[in-house]
Amino acid sequence: MPLVGFTMEQIGIVSYGAHIPRYRIKAEVIAAVWGKDGQAISRGLGIFEKSVPSVDQDTATISVEAIRAALKRCTLNPTDIGAIYVGSESHPYAVKPTGTIVGEAIGATPDLMVADYEFACKAGTAAIQTCFGLVKAGMIDYGVAIGADTSQAAPGDALEYSASAGGAAFIIGRTNVIATINHTLSYTTDTPDFWRRAEMKYPSHGGRFTGEPAYFKHITNCATNLMTKAGTKPQDYTYAIFHQPNGKFPVNVAKKLGFTIDQVKQGLMVPYIGNTYSGASMIGLASVLDVAKPGDRIFMTSYGSGAGSDGFDMTVTNNITRLSRQKAPTIAQLVADKEYVDYGTYAKMTNLLFWE
Amino acid sequence: MKAGVARFWREIPQRYNFIGNKCGTCERVFFPPRESCPYCRRKSIGNMKEIKLAGKGEVVTYTVIHVGPEDFEEQTPYPIAIIKLEEGPQITAQIVDCPLDEVKIGLKVESTFRKIQQDGHTGAIYYGYKFKKQRQ
Repeated sequence: MPLVGFTMEQIGIVSYGAHIPRYRIKAEVIAAVWGKDGQAISRGLGIFEKSVPSVDQDTATISVEAIRAALKRCTLNPTDIGAIYVGSESHPYAVKPTGTIVGEAIGATPDLMVADYEFACKAGTAAIQTCFGLVKAGMIDYGVAIGADTSQAAPGDALEYSASAGGAAFIIGRTNVIATINHTLSYTTDTPDFWRRAEMKYPSHGGRFTGEPAYFKHITNCATNLMTKAGTKPQDYTYAIFHQPNGKFPVNVAKKLGFTIDQVKQGLMVPYIGNTYSGASMIGLASVLDVAKPGDRIFMTSYGSGAGSDGFDMTVTNNITRLSRQKAPTIAQLVADKEYVDYGTYAKMTNLLFWE
Repeated sequence: MKAGVARFWREIPQRYNFIGNKCGTCERVFFPPRESCPYCRRKSIGNMKEIKLAGKGEVVTYTVIHVGPEDFEEQTPYPIAIIKLEEGPQITAQIVDCPLDEVKIGLKVESTFRKIQQDGHTGAIYYGYKFKKQRQ
């Protein structure tokens, strides 16, 4: 392909933003309620604390805060946005899109495409792929992909130590791209490792089945296929981000694939905020973009139970130096701005005490 | 259903995006928007221009609610403030994500998007602005 054609096809991230609720609960506080050894659980999961949404926050409010942060960093006119896709497994309504609330709140309505996505923890990265495709097809100039959750965990369940709240938004386009998406692909099978039936409040999971045949198989295959397609090796990347349901899985899968902890740590936020589900790998990517320099190459593989992985091979461009990154809080600043709550307050904030 | 879906829907431009208006004669800014300027009266008719306010301002005065109305009981104690917006209008709004002892007259605040109310567990959810401390 001639070089001119290649440069014209540079599609990728134009801006990014994130939001993490400021309340936190420590894993040992949850453990104490259930008579467990909190320190042992923290060590086992690699999670020290998790974010907790306040009673007036949900996936819609987190999504709006995240995309507003992305818009602050760039000069894009919201009416130039042609599509918004919000990925989450905790959309506030079962029927009525989160994306319309987001579109209205940023002034992007009414001439745009909107839909909500659900694919466990990878619905947000699926939204990136959709926007990428629409931009590449010439159907839109800019698309917004959001991954956000206020994830649910039954009291006393193992998930209670990790299920948290947060989200990130990415504007995808072909002008002023800060990180080109060189390649993207997915690896998908029917694997029932984690699910939530309609009208159920809390999810169910297959315990240890969520590991090898689910998380590790899909991420490993997706990552390997992506590097084959891109003609790259783990050493070619400055940063690598993997879905992070706990602090151990992403480190283990990275080692298995040949990545080092130095490549992974900038995008590993789960020890400090928990598993933000659809937001998890995307918040990791936002954290990497907070510090990325032109020429850095980024590898990202999400994972969604059910099950599938989306892989992305990206290269940071010179435009990142012109993005006003300081106009919105970095992930490090969002993580540091916190207030601890006790289990009773957490129960109230996450609606554990609801009865008819 | 309490306040009604239609009423909240009509107020979405104000609640989500701080859409106010400005008198084309005296340049005064109004939020929520007015049909006409109470100072310029008929001179302002047809001369009111829609503007988007920045959603930033400072606390003029505040109180702490210890006994909240329905839908706000879970949030007590919480501060409610009169906020003077940068463009001039003064509005009443809740302050969130801020320890009570840090709420002060003169505190610089900015808007944040939050859930305001819902019609029980089966009804519509209403979103809008609350305020938090301005980022330094």
